[in-house]
Amino acid sequence: MRLKKYQKNWKASIAFTITSTISEYMPFNMGITELEEMALRCRINIIKMIHKSQSGHPGGSLSAIDMIVGLYGTVLNIDTSNPNWKDRDRFIMSKGHASPAIYSILNEFGIINEKDFMSFRTLGSICQGHVDMKWTDGVDFSAGSLGMGLSFGLGCSFAAKLDNSQRNIWVMVGDGETQEGQLWEAIMAADFHSSGNLKLIVDRNGIQNDDFVSKQMEVGNLSKKIESFGWEVTEIDGHNMEEICGAIKWANDGQERPMAIIANTIKGKGVSYMENNPSFHGKAPNDEEYHIAMEELS
Amino acid sequence: MSAPSGGGASRDGYGNALLRLAENSDVVVLEADLGKSTKSCHFRSKYPERTFSLGIAEQNMMLVAAGLASSGKIPMASTFAIFTERGFEQIRNGIARPCLKAHICGSHGGIHTGSDGSSAQSIEDLAIYRTLPNMTIIHPADDISAEELTMQVVDLEGPSYMRTIRNKVPRSYSEETKNELKIGKGSLLKDGNDVVIICCGVMVSKSIDAAIILEKEGINAAVIDMHTIKPLDEKMLDLWSKKCRCIVTAEDHSIIGGLGSAIAEHNSRTNLVPMEMIGVKDRFGESGDSEELFKIMSMTTEDIVKAARKSISRK
Repeated sequence: MRLKKYQKNWKASIAFTITSTISEYMPFNMGITELEEMALRCRINIIKMIHKSQSGHPGGSLSAIDMIVGLYGTVLNIDTSNPNWKDRDRFIMSKGHASPAIYSILNEFGIINEKDFMSFRTLGSICQGHVDMKWTDGVDFSAGSLGMGLSFGLGCSFAAKLDNSQRNIWVMVGDGETQEGQLWEAIMAADFHSSGNLKLIVDRNGIQNDDFVSKQMEVGNLSKKIESFGWEVTEIDGHNMEEICGAIKWANDGQERPMAIIANTIKGKGVSYMENNPSFHGKAPNDEEYHIAMEELS
Repeated sequence: MSAPSGGGASRDGYGNALLRLAENSDVVVLEADLGKSTKSCHFRSKYPERTFSLGIAEQNMMLVAAGLASSGKIPMASTFAIFTERGFEQIRNGIARPCLKAHICGSHGGIHTGSDGSSAQSIEDLAIYRTLPNMTIIHPADDISAEELTMQVVDLEGPSYMRTIRNKVPRSYSEETKNELKIGKGSLLKDGNDVVIICCGVMVSKSIDAAIILEKEGINAAVIDMHTIKPLDEKMLDLWSKKCRCIVTAEDHSIIGGLGSAIAEHNSRTNLVPMEMIGVKDRFGESGDSEELFKIMSMTTEDIVKAARKSISRK
């Protein structure tokens, strides 16, 4: 029942967003169309960098990018000229293999540039294979091993409380990643510590490394499961920018309990032959596939 | 040189240091249901707002420590040494790799833990953490040195692992001699020129006792407390291996990968001198009194004496 209640609430948030257009909650104040255009540019850059390096993870980058754009373009409180600003909101990309999505958004906000992301996965590049806070400005976590990001976020959430700071901590995980036991340790601990400044986004794209999640080990009704651990949960279409913005605002405003958004997405979204195709979890497009992708995205 | 006196458990030194470190408002304590055992409970009693209980979930605790450290806090996370190992990959990828200033304390290290049996006796913790770049590894001898060295870890530029022990042992340090302790520098506890005994943890007081026995035989053994296993004080090692021309190492840890291995690695690259290793020889422990266990593992004071004689005979 609570799920329905909050779904209703984010719909109310959308109405607020659309009618007010500019909100004090939204540092970058981007509208839906602007966000959708940014997401398209990010998709193009994701494919470009993976094609150039001939390695990387397109599927999970394309499924996650709309939420990432929605977050950075609206509520995420960062200083693009000082990415290490201590009191910034944090965005912890726990599914660190979707690094092209992060590099594409950091490029949009001028924290890195095209030359940086086109050196993705090469020796000495600041754009490492998996996102790494020691290599890239604007990256808040050294990821690559699944299941760890929410715990890290919980530590950041404790620190924010100790500092009496209003900063929020956002964490994105994949649905395959929810098979990791540590994630549930963190979900349980966040409830116990009433970590209302902690926000979780689950990229529910239904595919993991080897195959569909339903075949590897189905994770079931994540909304109910996370809700049963004491979190507030809502579920959205992770490619509908209006729904994304509404849910992000809803999660951003909720401060009593930890907040989770289950974003139903399509792995490889935007490139026809990658969509819902497990083989493009961690495979680069060849030259022919690259040209098809570019045509479809332009 | 007098025999070690009094008695103190290094976990108590850790607990005392946390209370003293509380002056720094960035210091926070993390617990995984063993605060009473690791002695972080005293900090909790006085500073509950800076103590985070994370339940029996060590993997989560390691990354919570990393998140706090990334935000400018100084997390001190403790559990049993053996259970820190459950979070090894978390420590590797989440703490050591980004070189975050998170400090882990594993108490109840070694077979000295005794009657709880082999599941609680970590004999490989020093070995596994030693493989991680950026990590400082410390294993103090007694409560006094544990307190002093814990006070120093917060000034490190990266993460640390400190192993403490459960039971009281004769003290090797006093309020005066503790001032000579420095992370990364071995402590010379006895001068000598026939053999150098390099030891850590509970084996320090046994090594001093062994040196006293050897003295009566006319053998002049030097004793170094190598409380910092990494970075190893190679300068001191070179000096004393050249001077004594043979080495004995003594640790309550597997002889695979611990202090003895670290010294053997260095010795093989530099001043190759005969070396004998006292420690757990590729087996698990079992329940029993600490001293009984040391006896069946050939890790008593008398075993150190024998090893010293053998090392000298191999010169």
